Amino acid sequence: MTVTLTTAGPLPSVQDAENTYDVTVVGAGVVGAAIARELARHRLRTALIDAADDIGNGTSKANTAILHTGFDAVPGSLEARLVREGQELLAAYAGETGIPVERVGALLVAWDEEQLAALPGLRAKAGRNGYHASRIIGADELRRREPHLGPGALGALEVPDESVICPWTTPLAFATQAVRAGVHLHLNCRVRDVGSDAGDHLLTTTRGPLRTRYLVNAAGLYADEIDRLLGHDVFTVTPRRGQLVVFDKLARGLVSHILLPVPGPAGKGVLVAPTVFGNVLLGPTAEDLDDRTATGSTAGGLRLLREKGRRIVPALLDEEVTAVYAGLRAATGQEDYRIQEYPARRYVAVGGIRSTGLTASMAIARHVRGLLADTGLDAGEPGPLPPLTMPNLGEAFPRPYRSAELIAGDPAYGTLVCHCEQVTLGEIRDALRATIPPHSLDGLRRRTRARGGRCQGFYCGAAVRALFEEARP
Amino acid sequence: MSAREVDVLIVGAGPAGLAAGAELAGAGAGRVEILEREQEAGGVPRHCHHGGFGGRLDRTVYAWAAATGSAYAGSGTSGPAYARRSVAAALDAGAALRTGVSVTGWAGPRTVETTGPGGLERITARAVVLATGARERPRSARLIPGTRPAGVWTTGELQQAVHLYGQRIGTTAVVVGGEPVAHAAVATLRAAGVHVVAVVTDRTPLPVLPRSRHVPLLTGATVTGLTGRARLTGVELRHDDGRTTTLRCDTVVLTGDFVPDHELARRGGLRLDPGTRGPAYDAAFRTSRPGVLAAGNLLHAVERAGFAAQEGRAVAVSVLHHLAGTEDPSGEGRRLVVDAPLRWIAPNVTGPHGARPTGDRFVLRTARRLLRPTLVVSQNGRELHRERLLLPAVPGRPIALRADWLDRVDPDGASVRISAR
Repeated sequence: MTVTLTTAGPLPSVQDAENTYDVTVVGAGVVGAAIARELARHRLRTALIDAADDIGNGTSKANTAILHTGFDAVPGSLEARLVREGQELLAAYAGETGIPVERVGALLVAWDEEQLAALPGLRAKAGRNGYHASRIIGADELRRREPHLGPGALGALEVPDESVICPWTTPLAFATQAVRAGVHLHLNCRVRDVGSDAGDHLLTTTRGPLRTRYLVNAAGLYADEIDRLLGHDVFTVTPRRGQLVVFDKLARGLVSHILLPVPGPAGKGVLVAPTVFGNVLLGPTAEDLDDRTATGSTAGGLRLLREKGRRIVPALLDEEVTAVYAGLRAATGQEDYRIQEYPARRYVAVGGIRSTGLTASMAIARHVRGLLADTGLDAGEPGPLPPLTMPNLGEAFPRPYRSAELIAGDPAYGTLVCHCEQVTLGEIRDALRATIPPHSLDGLRRRTRARGGRCQGFYCGAAVRALFEEARP
Repeated sequence: MSAREVDVLIVGAGPAGLAAGAELAGAGAGRVEILEREQEAGGVPRHCHHGGFGGRLDRTVYAWAAATGSAYAGSGTSGPAYARRSVAAALDAGAALRTGVSVTGWAGPRTVETTGPGGLERITARAVVLATGARERPRSARLIPGTRPAGVWTTGELQQAVHLYGQRIGTTAVVVGGEPVAHAAVATLRAAGVHVVAVVTDRTPLPVLPRSRHVPLLTGATVTGLTGRARLTGVELRHDDGRTTTLRCDTVVLTGDFVPDHELARRGGLRLDPGTRGPAYDAAFRTSRPGVLAAGNLLHAVERAGFAAQEGRAVAVSVLHHLAGTEDPSGEGRRLVVDAPLRWIAPNVTGPHGARPTGDRFVLRTARRLLRPTLVVSQNGRELHRERLLLPAVPGRPIALRADWLDRVDPDGASVRISAR
């Protein structure tokens, strides 16, 4: 296994045909990484490039971490189909590779008569989306199943297959498997321009030129900009900010299901959901912005979330907040994905992948693989991918600090560094030596949870930084 | 998983845990074992490179020292020396001290599960003392909006980075907080060669706020946001008069706002006091579970190391009674409840019979400044005690309340209320 992962310096030479990539995927978020993994099955020279210093560093790192059934998608849309297929593919993949998933189920809680009256329609819509396991429950059963719910809940639509998933391990798993199968990963590599030369795409990047025969645009918030570099003017990404609040693990007992609001004219609304790390999430807001870098939280946003959260689960607001973050969804003003192939250009645009992108990622990848074939890519027969096991970050699965066997084999798994999240020296060391190592403390946190707990580094911050700096080449 | 039994298990080897261990081992309490999850024992003083540890600062001196910023150059020794001395005292007395061992949960009323490089263990004790300390609330818990750049610290992390690891911090810093610990942060930043732009506090200007001749103190200012992408570029402030400013800096230290590290207590189902957020406890340091006691800043975030150690020694007496079977029945104490603007009182349960809190006084905190308030203690509408304070009550500083009214508490009555007028 030869791994090609670069973060600085010029890209592999483009002077000779041998160094021309067959396919280049721009954007190493969850969708781009899934596409790269799909292509890695074939004997192709594939590159996965990203402007950031890590995979999944844009929209993918800051979402609601839910593996959707697609029950509420627009029936007949591409998104509805890919979410449905993607959910099955990712659930199976998570099982194989150890990505933490918990099937906690969702409850769409009705807080007034109007919302209660909307539940049968939502159930019928779920049916049209091929999801038939939902059912309507009354106020008593709802109260029994969610005793900490605020007063006034009248009933709910139960969607038992909605799950929570690790949003960080998923793209990392895709990219790791892709890279191990021979895909080149180039980070800190922003596309400045796209030209053509002898039928190939000639990309100008911050790390020099890159030549590729086929191009896949999975640039998320910047997908429209890349699209325009190819001369199209089809869609515009309007970032929609979602601010989220993560509550301490001691709040986990307050919530059993993903508690969804009944969607209204103002969008999907604010949810309360458990996370696979054992926290509770409150959010997101939905703010349409112009600035694609505005990933800051605001006083108004946090106030709004706390107001909404207090109604849904009042006791939640008494718990400590361990993290506040904001992510930007790549909205395009159209209620569907914008996936388009351009055979004459040997190009596929993957735009408008909104909050369902995590769930749909593997199905999108399969779909794009098909579109690439339609544009003329002869990929040959697929081969097997190298098997992969990801380190477990989920509370519902065995963690190293609880494994006598693991500790007996290597005492580093019995040495806790981050006490709040119970992250061991062994896990931090493994992450720093992994196929795709972190290039920042935040990257290390997303791989191990170190410094991600209630103290946010009061106890372990300096120790974790020391380990990170020691390992940096 | 191996299982063992000890007589006394102490969780946490900071000032309180080490003092309790020294006292109990010295008193012949049997196998006394102290567990510390860090690689080195000593607790927070390990990384407090200022003086004042172990010195005798009474309340007046404390207020003066805080006002003039000289507390940390005053009497006593430095934090690391104090930590070493505390460790040596526990070891000399015969306590077993195991570092790098984390208590990960409970497996019974007085049985804990641990993880260490040597593997997993289940340790059952005749008495458990929780001394897990306190931490500063980080940026997220303070709900400070803005971006999430690097360069945001608590004092605890900063001190470790500078004093234990010699890490690079930054060039220009803002310190947030009006408690004495803000001074420690300034000193640590100086030691690391960082220029301190200002100390910022939302408190109103007062002579007793920590001041320094070298650093501007901005009072009545609230942090409304942080700016910067990869690295912090500024701290946005709103002043009481409505003005807003942004202080340019690449480092911000969020100091004070301590909360008990109460996770283990809560996981064990111990009743918490809503004010302190630590376990509810009585003057004998007993929690709501028989045989589980607590000491130090887990009970009240925070008092000085010397106070925590004093509690550690005091909890030993109760542990010895528990081991000997000579303690009064617990669980019958009345709860002590404070009215706003008082934030909490410690201890916060009465009893056992005749027991007085450490130093024969209760400790309280206020949420806002009170000019020489009168503290009134009452039960069922009946006044038990009234006391005029000689000094203003200031947020973040201990307020002392005499305890000689305890024998007037009706053991069958309602909760005892403490209010400030």
